[in-house]
Amino acid sequence: MAEAPTNPVALAAESTVATRMSAPPSFDVADFPVPTGREEEWRFTPLERLRGLHDGSAAATAGGSVKAEVTTPEGSGVTVETVSRDDARVGKAGTPVDRVAAQAFSAVEKATVITVPAEAVLTEPVRVSVHGEGGVTFGHTVFRIGAFAEVVLVLDHTGDTVRAANVDFVVGDGAKVTVVSVQDWADTAVHCSQHNALVGRDATFKSVVVTFGGDVVRIHPRVTYAGPGGEAELYGLYFTDGGQHQEHRLLVDHSAPNCRSNVAYKGALQGADAHAVWIGDVVIQAAATGTDTYELNRNLVLTDGARVDSVPNLEIETGEIAGAGHASATGRFEDEQLFYLMARGIPEEEARRLVVRGFFAELIQQIGVPDVEERLIAKLTAELERSIA
Amino acid sequence: MATLEIRDLHVSVEAEGGPTEILRGVDLTVKQGETHAIMGPNGSGKSTLAYSLAGHPKYTVTGGTVTLDGEDVLEMSVDERARAGVFLAMQYPVEVPGVSVSNFLRTSATAVRGEAPKLRTWVKEVKEAMARLEMDPAFAERNVNEGFSGGEKKRHEILQLELLKPKIAILDETDSGLDIDALRIVSEGVNRVRANGESGTLLITHYTRILRYINPDHVHVFAGGRIVESGGPELADKLEAEGYEAYTKGGGVS
Repeated sequence: MAEAPTNPVALAAESTVATRMSAPPSFDVADFPVPTGREEEWRFTPLERLRGLHDGSAAATAGGSVKAEVTTPEGSGVTVETVSRDDARVGKAGTPVDRVAAQAFSAVEKATVITVPAEAVLTEPVRVSVHGEGGVTFGHTVFRIGAFAEVVLVLDHTGDTVRAANVDFVVGDGAKVTVVSVQDWADTAVHCSQHNALVGRDATFKSVVVTFGGDVVRIHPRVTYAGPGGEAELYGLYFTDGGQHQEHRLLVDHSAPNCRSNVAYKGALQGADAHAVWIGDVVIQAAATGTDTYELNRNLVLTDGARVDSVPNLEIETGEIAGAGHASATGRFEDEQLFYLMARGIPEEEARRLVVRGFFAELIQQIGVPDVEERLIAKLTAELERSIA
Repeated sequence: MATLEIRDLHVSVEAEGGPTEILRGVDLTVKQGETHAIMGPNGSGKSTLAYSLAGHPKYTVTGGTVTLDGEDVLEMSVDERARAGVFLAMQYPVEVPGVSVSNFLRTSATAVRGEAPKLRTWVKEVKEAMARLEMDPAFAERNVNEGFSGGEKKRHEILQLELLKPKIAILDETDSGLDIDALRIVSEGVNRVRANGESGTLLITHYTRILRYINPDHVHVFAGGRIVESGGPELADKLEAEGYEAYTKGGGVS
């Protein structure tokens, strides 16, 4: 198994990524000041809607529940254990970088550890479904993927809860992992989650984050490399309806040579006060020669009154790289596309659906898991029926 | 018999200094089976006429009437006009990322015909229409107009024309940007639709070149936002020899 470097986010002091943080990464909530909303890392987030996850009041009243189920393919050798938070396997892929993630770690007593044995090639996904049943909940899940294993992990979030939860992915050397995390919460749910991936030598980690529901969703997918030759693909898709706040803050920390990363997040927004935030940080450290990285964020604003904050950020400390780039664009729904389709007899609603589905289609095709792709298309269609009709 | 009647059509666009009138009283009748060429210099308002007939929201009709078989076209939304039988082949077809040509064509045919075409006959129909336009079958899997060359875009427009079989086909500078081979292929497509005798064709062009392939019954000179002279094919020959100078002395629009 890969082990985390002792200081996985050893950034230069002048790094924007470092200066944006209120405090250095820590497992202890007390190490972070209570955010005021003026901090760089919190300035886009409506703190008053976090229902106390950020200031300790939620932890004091914890007592909600979620129904959690883990499904593993028969005969796959995958093990599922409930362990103490102090178990040596917990918290090895990364350290909480903000107060809510630290709060989650400080509040949980038990963690779930799911282990995929080395060289296991699973034909069926491992599924973890979390269904909120109200109240405040915290969680910590660890996925340990053995060397050369190949697996698809599907994390489903439904129902209603105020939840802060961390997820670790420790990806063994040469393993191939696809993670699909679907946030399909009820409209009142609050969900903050830090996803830490530690990608082993020559391993491939593909993350697909899909956010449809929730009042406030703030996801923090982070990737570090435990050795050279690792590959990370981070895809995201969100559909932000009126009144929803959906925030995705990514970090890819290139600390090892010859690693690759590709980030593509796309979102559609519709309705008054729909707010999407995308922060894409990529750091190429001095040791990470031969890095090849690209990040992209595209937003399609369907109606007036929606707001997007999209901030790509690339920090490069070595010139000896294969490639680095980023792109961010937020466009209004294109009236010319609508006219073209309608001029062929296609009614307006159907034309809008075609354009929005088309906007996401390329991204969905990247997922590479047919049943997940189909489900997303169905989900997207349902979302469009609901909001466009 | 399908008839498009345009009477005293006035159209404005919103410009910096307020609304600007582009069409200043257009009168034209296009009947099924007829081909009308509308020729004029740049800025004369030819494309405005095409887009106004299709219902583009940028253009405001300030006066006059347009009817198709007596039905008020101006009252119809863009998609209703298309379903009523008005087709505009665009000069600059729009890219629709993520939507395949085959999905687009089928969605469109379903809307215009009022029911989904039977899959087996449809696949054959599209395949044959594409072959006639010398289009690679792989084309159907590409995204609509995305990365198409100028010639591919125009062939794709004519492919739609052949599949949708409109009552009135408006071709807005379909010849622009085409090399001679593409021009021939595209013109042959237009001629196949004309040969059915079921469509009226309004061919909008700046150049006489396309008229070597498509012989119009009527030629109209468009200048200053209206038709200033009408005649038979011989008028095109005159324009070829003399250009538009005689018509633009008063200055074109915009």
